[in-house]
Amino acid sequence: MTIASAAANTMTQTWQRLCTRADLVPYSGVAAWLETDAGPVQVALFYLPGGANPPQSAAQTPPSLAGHAQELYAIDHRDPFSGANVIARGIVGDLQGEPVVASPLYKQHFRLADGRCLEDDSVRLRTWKVSFKGEEVWIQA
Amino acid sequence: MNTPVKPQLIVIGNGMVGHHLVEQLVEQGATERYAITVFGEERHLAYDRVHLSEYFSGRDAASLALSTADYYAEHGIELRLHEAVTAIDREAGEVVTAQGRYAYDRLVLATGSYPFVPPIPGNDREGCLVYRTLEDLDAIREAAETATTGVVVGGGLLGLEAANALRGLDLDTAVVEFAPRLMPMQVDSEGGELLREKIEALGVQVLTGRATQEIVDGEASRHRMVFQDEKVLETDLIVFSAGIRPRDELARDSGLEIGERGGVVIDDSCLTSDPAILAVGEVALWNNSIFGLVAPGYQMAKVAAATLLEGNEAFKGADMSTKLKLMGVDVGSIGDAHGDRTPGARQFRFLDPLKQQYRKLVVSSDGKRLVGAMLVGDNSYYDTLLQYYANRIELPEDPASLILPAGSEAAPALGPDALPATATICSCHNVTKADVCSAIDGGAVDLGAVKGETRASTGCGGCAALLKTLVDHELESRGVEVDKSICEHFHYTRQELYDIVRVEGIKTFSELMEKHGSKVGHGLGSSSAPGLGCDICKPAVASILASCFNEPITDAAHIPLQDTNDTFMANMQKNGTYSVVPRIAGGEITPDKLVVLGQVAQKYELYTKITGGQRIDLFGARLEDLPAIWGELIEAGFETGHAYGKSTRTVKSCVGSTWCRYGVQDSVGMAIRLEDRYKGLRAPHKLKFAVSGCARECAEAQSKDVGVIATENGWNLYVCGNGGMRPRHAELFATDLSDEELFRTIDRFLMFYIRTADRLQRTSVWRENLEGGLDYLKEVILEDSLGINDELERQMQTVIDAYQCEWANAISDPEKLKRFRSFVNDARPDPDIIMTSERGQLRPA
Repeated sequence: MTIASAAANTMTQTWQRLCTRADLVPYSGVAAWLETDAGPVQVALFYLPGGANPPQSAAQTPPSLAGHAQELYAIDHRDPFSGANVIARGIVGDLQGEPVVASPLYKQHFRLADGRCLEDDSVRLRTWKVSFKGEEVWIQA
Repeated sequence: MNTPVKPQLIVIGNGMVGHHLVEQLVEQGATERYAITVFGEERHLAYDRVHLSEYFSGRDAASLALSTADYYAEHGIELRLHEAVTAIDREAGEVVTAQGRYAYDRLVLATGSYPFVPPIPGNDREGCLVYRTLEDLDAIREAAETATTGVVVGGGLLGLEAANALRGLDLDTAVVEFAPRLMPMQVDSEGGELLREKIEALGVQVLTGRATQEIVDGEASRHRMVFQDEKVLETDLIVFSAGIRPRDELARDSGLEIGERGGVVIDDSCLTSDPAILAVGEVALWNNSIFGLVAPGYQMAKVAAATLLEGNEAFKGADMSTKLKLMGVDVGSIGDAHGDRTPGARQFRFLDPLKQQYRKLVVSSDGKRLVGAMLVGDNSYYDTLLQYYANRIELPEDPASLILPAGSEAAPALGPDALPATATICSCHNVTKADVCSAIDGGAVDLGAVKGETRASTGCGGCAALLKTLVDHELESRGVEVDKSICEHFHYTRQELYDIVRVEGIKTFSELMEKHGSKVGHGLGSSSAPGLGCDICKPAVASILASCFNEPITDAAHIPLQDTNDTFMANMQKNGTYSVVPRIAGGEITPDKLVVLGQVAQKYELYTKITGGQRIDLFGARLEDLPAIWGELIEAGFETGHAYGKSTRTVKSCVGSTWCRYGVQDSVGMAIRLEDRYKGLRAPHKLKFAVSGCARECAEAQSKDVGVIATENGWNLYVCGNGGMRPRHAELFATDLSDEELFRTIDRFLMFYIRTADRLQRTSVWRENLEGGLDYLKEVILEDSLGINDELERQMQTVIDAYQCEWANAISDPEKLKRFRSFVNDARPDPDIIMTSERGQLRPA
């Protein structure tokens, strides 16, 4: 069950406005509807005010986290194990310093930074770049 | 070089033990070594004599057979059935049959036994039969066709089997026993009396202390039995089943050593006085004993096969402990059940004349070991008692607890230390304690490694808790420190976290993390920022905070901690929709409210189902519909049912004295009061209650964490029961409590559980792991041995006073409702939720 990573860095991707900071729930997730060239996608948005505690060892640092704390994550809302759109409703935490979300149905953990499933190497959720522009949340897709 | 001719091995007898010997010979490779010939007197191949009575209830000879002729042929064994050996010529080394003479180099006697027929004048009349072989059964069946009554002479194990067979043939049946009670070998007079009552209740007449003097022509029936006191009994059919005698005549005639009361004398290798000849089974006399059970016979067969191959096995006697079901009546006997072979032995007895149960323990003079036990009416105690006996496990301080009824002062299950090495841990993969221990000794240092090594707990998983306890215990005893940290974020157990929160008055997760979180997992450098927690510690801490302070779980500080069900106050189903369960305290609901539930279900297209806890579950609610659904439910007077929480669920009740002619208290009223008192109480795991209005127990309170059963004088309280995967009867904790006493006792019990249980540990498992068991729990709760009861009651009062309906709280706060949107930027419902119709309702497609 491999879920191909979306062409995350192709030139055609543009930034679009998604919602506002007030729509987010601190230390938890919400779902958003995203229109892309490839069709609509349900995205889970996680907001960790102040950022996840960044790992200090470079070896285990994902590129997206290197050097700075990331506050916002966008990841597939669809849980590949159940087929239900529920990832935004999982519990957010960190394991070995890496921010993760646990699927609310069968409890697998997905790394917020790259979508990789900790229990099953072959499973990976898509991720998108998101960031605040003032009080607005923008996503690259 | 010529192939040397194989020595001849002859086996006389093809009963259960004779056949087992053949199997052992095959298994141990004796067919390479010997040319084997087996003689059987009967025309049938070896069959299962233990289940002989089933021949009358439909099983035929073929299905009772233990093997096939093909098996013998396949292994090159010559099987000569229906050919009785009439003599052994030891000088010539031959056995003699009607067909001829056969040479042997080694010979095994497996001739078994024959039924003893007492020397009573008239015992050879037509219609006087025995009960041993399939042919005997055919004869009984034939005789029964023209009979209306039947008598079995002999009230032992086999006699009762025979009586059951006669009953099965629709005969008016009686049992005549010479001894003053039935089954004199296995039970004492109390047990015998109970057995008599039970067997008479089945319509079988029981006459004990009767010696038959003669059998003559009857007047109304075929035979008349005349007893020692001149009394008589008439019957059409008589079956003798007064014990067995060894079939030792061949051995006797050929000059082998025979015991005083019969039986071919054998040594530990199963050799007779002639080293060319061996004997096994009921014909063999070892250490002056005949073993009339199949298991010791099988052991002898194994030893004999080894002896024939110059192996070195020894028969060391056999335990005659047995459990059996006779005419539907459980009888069990372990070791020195009468206590007459153990000097200074002391006895404990339990007799319940209503339930017709009798149990007896025979304990060594120092009270430490079980030397025997006797059971009538309920063999469920047998396995545990046998472990104590067979493995010489030290008895609990109060041995009587081992035979008291389950559900009262039942003994704690044997802990990991007490289990013998042979105890089965995982029955799916047949893993014993010894297997687990050797896996640990072989380098498995945690539960996962032990599972991988032994496959234990990888089948049904029912042994998971036991395996974990055992592994932890064994690791600890080997000096391996077992990390009991709840997760990588806190180096504390759940219990320790609870105490920290309570003592320091910590009210948020972030404060707890700041002060007590561990820094492991956050890099090797100077980071001192707290971690985020995880899906283990966050809900656990959320539960602890709720148990201590009961602030709404929807508050901003608590919401990220909750499991999804608590977050949205509904139960997530497999397609991402939710089920909604409003509280229906005690299962009592007005027609008006029932109508509202129907209307809400119709309006939001919800599937409805009655739950096991006497409530109504509404399935298929979309996230974004939950607030509107609850708006209508709250409007109609409902409140949340906490079906989503590790918290008080329901208090089930029967209808009680208000309506029921048997009820002695108002069980519905009490159930409602209990549910109102404890609703919203969060605990390490869910809590289920029930209240029954009388001893008939229609509410099944003894399967609940807290069970209440009405008495004439008040309420009996049962605790720590469980249904589910590993059902456990609740135990009687306190009797005849007033309402107020009941509340107070439950307050303390629940708070003590909340304080000391592990995360996600139900009361049943908590109780089983509680050191000191039920006695300790009673000391703490009923006698206040720790001096904490005032505090426990105060804490419970705090929780009760702080209760508010979480849904009412949430729908009055627009900030909290923001979460109940399908998408933060789009109002459309999730298009991937697709329903289909089944039996007139919707379900996930």
